[in-house]
Formats: sequence, structure tokens, C-alpha cells
Amino acid sequence: MMDQLFVVLKHWLVALAAPGWQPILAAAISIAAIIGAFASLFAVTTILERKGLGRMQNRYGPNRVGPFGLLQPLADGVKSLTKEDLVPAAADRWVFFLAPLVLVVPAFLALSVVPMGRNMTAVALDAGVLFFFAVGAATELSVFMAGWSSRNKYSLLGAMRAIAQMVSYEVPLILSAVTAVMMAGSLSTDEIVAAQAGYHHGLPNWFVLTPWGLAGFLLFLVCAMAESNRSPFDLPEGESEIIAGYYIEYSGFKFALFFLGEYIGMFAASGMAITLFLGGWHAPFPFLTWVPSYGWFFAKLLALIGLFIWVRGTLPRLRMDQLMNLAWKFMLPMALMNIAVAGLWHFSAPGAARWAACALLIAGAYLVLGRALFTGAHLGRRVYRYAE
Amino acid sequence: MTLAALIFALVAAVILGGAVAAMAFRNLVHSALALAVSLAGLAAGFLSLHAQFVGFAQLLVYVGAVAILILFAILLTRGDEPGGQALFSPGFLTGAGIALAVFAVLARVILASRLVSAEIPLAPAPSVREIGQRMMSEDALPLEVIGLLLTVALIGAAILALREKPPS
Repeated sequence: MMDQLFVVLKHWLVALAAPGWQPILAAAISIAAIIGAFASLFAVTTILERKGLGRMQNRYGPNRVGPFGLLQPLADGVKSLTKEDLVPAAADRWVFFLAPLVLVVPAFLALSVVPMGRNMTAVALDAGVLFFFAVGAATELSVFMAGWSSRNKYSLLGAMRAIAQMVSYEVPLILSAVTAVMMAGSLSTDEIVAAQAGYHHGLPNWFVLTPWGLAGFLLFLVCAMAESNRSPFDLPEGESEIIAGYYIEYSGFKFALFFLGEYIGMFAASGMAITLFLGGWHAPFPFLTWVPSYGWFFAKLLALIGLFIWVRGTLPRLRMDQLMNLAWKFMLPMALMNIAVAGLWHFSAPGAARWAACALLIAGAYLVLGRALFTGAHLGRRVYRYAE
Repeated sequence: MTLAALIFALVAAVILGGAVAAMAFRNLVHSALALAVSLAGLAAGFLSLHAQFVGFAQLLVYVGAVAILILFAILLTRGDEPGGQALFSPGFLTGAGIALAVFAVLARVILASRLVSAEIPLAPAPSVREIGQRMMSEDALPLEVIGLLLTVALIGAAILALREKPPS
């Protein structure tokens, strides 16, 4: 009953409307639910992130507004709404205006194919995974629009960096997702989640618990981090190098929209990682199945967000050449190797031998590629070309 | 006017509007962005015809990759100075005549073909699953050949772009 609460509620509400209006009402309810739930999650995440980063850096973080500073997101919202909306005199007004929208709308669209609970996929598409990556493509366009229309050297630099980074990391991102699609035999997110149902020796049948699944999950997560421009891949924003990159000229509500779009994109990527590798809304153990399915989805989502914050507070920013080398010389071959290993896994008999062989292949590839990445890398004293 | 007709009108307006804007804007970056809008409209058109795979592939390849490629090419080659030449070149009338003639021929051929008169099914016969299975079984060889061709093009582009080391 609790599990299907929202589904039953939606059906009840839809049944109230006249027959002709029912599909439109159903769509409107799904849209409102997604926007409401994830916009609130965005507010919660900002305070969690500031508090968490504060703790990691030996300070308190926001603690002035409300008890323990918990109302800080509210204050932030009021602030960004009431701030003056500045547009540079030289800016390209229309492109400047449209860029934040082009970022936010596809991010929400990408969330619509993620199954958030049993029977809780807003749009069940045959090619859901493909849809997810297709709408993600608009992000690059938005970043370019923002960076170019501002007529600012820093923002153009940030946009160029962002596009180079996003194009490079999109390849291993999609290739790492291919393994899960291969194993489930479907591009539909619902069927991929269904393929990970059930338990085996007390452990769930999640893809992440197989050698290729673990490798795919980690590759996907790193690429998702790079796609959402988060530290350690925050070169496009790099406060200490190019101030704020492509959104340097944005203020007030447009800046808030950029922030929102980035976080929603992060939620969508995490949701897709959960769907592809972490068993979607399935419970981790058979005796925990009484917890509602959406509870598990959001618990996993929060855990991944926590991981993102942890990584951001821990790792320093990469350099541009390190970033590109990692993408093309490590992530890409690793993702290709992972697809081959997934094929081997699929066609060999189940058992410990298969497990060991696949794990060895992946570990071997990891070692060889990791070594190759650092041979010939200039790790010596830093040389400045212009500053000396 | 049915809902389907309304959706088609909207999609057609986006495609045509984007295409006209792509020609009319004087700023190359604006033109490229308008072209991206037109291509996204084309994807929406495929989706409204229930061709999911083609629609998403259109979005992924054209909006995601080709539009970015065009923008990069513009930025790397000529900057963003507005073009000085007039909107219509002297050969405008000839070009319009040729375009109209091509359109008339195509329209005549399409209207005369069997495809138009046939009953349009609600859902298209080849689903995403069937397209995938065809590509991996019967059409595997063409797919591989195209893959090889693209790889060769990629390597060739990388070699062209590679800076030659000065002879030591």
C-alpha cells in the first residue's frame, strides 16, 4: 500500500477529470511531481553540500539562518530572486537570455525516463536510455551559448574548456552504459531495472556486483562527474583560474537557474547510474523489501550525492592535459575493454571461474592502462612559460 | 483541427522558422544556433511520427555533435565579426527558381508513390528492438564498414591536426 501510494493517488486524481483531459492531466501531474521533488532535493543538497564541505575544511558552514542554518536555501532563494539582473552592454541579449533555459529544461527532461519506484517512471520509453543521452546533448549547446553571448574572455575560455571536456567524457559515459544495456537486452529503463530484480545467495542481482558492472559503474560515475562539471573536473568553472567560467556574467535568477540546471543534471546522472548498475528501486536485501521502492531510490540517490560531495571536498582540480589524457588514454580503452568483458561474461557458464576470469581481465587492463597513463607524464618540476 | 495536425503544424513551424532564420541572420553563430533549433524540430517531427530511434539519433548526432562542430569551426576559423555582404546575392532569383523546380519534382514523385496512399499504422512496424536486431544480424556488415570508414576518417583528421615536429 505504502509502496504504490503515489501511483494510486495519481490514478485517483486523473479519474476525477473528464475522459478527454485525462492524458493531459496525467502528464501534468508527473511533471509537477518531478519538478517539485527535485527542486526541493536541490535545496536540500545545497545546504548538505555547504555543511559537508565546511566540515571537511574544518569550519562550520552556514549556521545563521534558522536552526543549524537549515533555512539557508530559503534565504539563498530570496536573495537570488531579488538581486538585480545584470546583462553586459556588449552581450548578445537573446542568446544570453536563452542559455540558462537550454540548460535547465533538458536536465528535467532527462529525469523523466528514470524509474523512481515501482510503476513510477514518468515516461516509459522503449529507448529510454537513448533518450537520456540525447537530451543530455543540449547541455553542451547551453554552455557554449552562455560563454559566447557574455562577450567575456573568461567566459569564452570556460565554454571552450567545458565543451572539450564534455565531448571527451561523453564517449566513455555512453560506452560504460552500453554494458548494462547489453546484459538487460533492452534500452528501456524499466526493463533494465527488472533485469536486476531478485536475490542470489542473499545478495541482490545488481549489475554493480559483477566485475564488469563494478568497472562500468565507476567509469559511469567518473564521467558523470566530468559531465556535470563538478570538482575534480571543474576546469570550466575554476574559480581560482577563470573566476566562474561560462557563467561569470550571470547574476540573480539566471545564475540560480544555472546552479539548478547543474544540480538537476547531477541528479539525473546519478539516477541513471542507479538505474543501470545499482538495481534501480530494488531493495538491497530480501528482508528489507517492506520499505517503499521510492524510498530505496531516493536513499541511493542521496548516498551518491554524498559521494559527489565527498569527492569534491577531497580531490584537487585536474590540469587540462591530465583531463584529456584520462579521458582518451584511460577511460575510453577501459570502457571498450569492459564491453568485451561483459560479452565474455554473457557467453560463458555461470560460476566462480567466470567471475575470476572477468575480474582478472578488468584488473589487468586497469593496471596496464594506469601504468601507461603515467609513463612519459611530466611529473617533474613545474615549468612556467610566461610567468618567469 | 485534430491534435496530431496541431502538433505537426507546430513542429513544421519550428523546422521552417529555424531554417529561414539560419539563412537570414547576419551573425554566423546565430545562424548555427538557428540551425540547431531546426534540427531539433526535425527530431520532434520524427518523434511525433512514433519513430523513436531515428528521433533520438537525430538529436544525439545533429544537435549534440554536428551543431557543436559547426560552432567550433566558426569560432576557430573566423571569429564572430558580422558579414558585410548583402542578404541576397545577385543570383537569388536563379537559385529560387532551381529550388522551386527541385521541390516540384520531389513533391510530384512523393505524391505519386504508394507510400502516401497507404494506410498509416498507429505504431511503426520496426521498433527499436527490431532495428537493433537487424543491425546486429543481417545488416552487420554494412554497419562494420561504416564504422571502419568513420575510424579511418577520425585517424586521418587526427593526423592532419597533429603538429609536425621540427626536424632536429
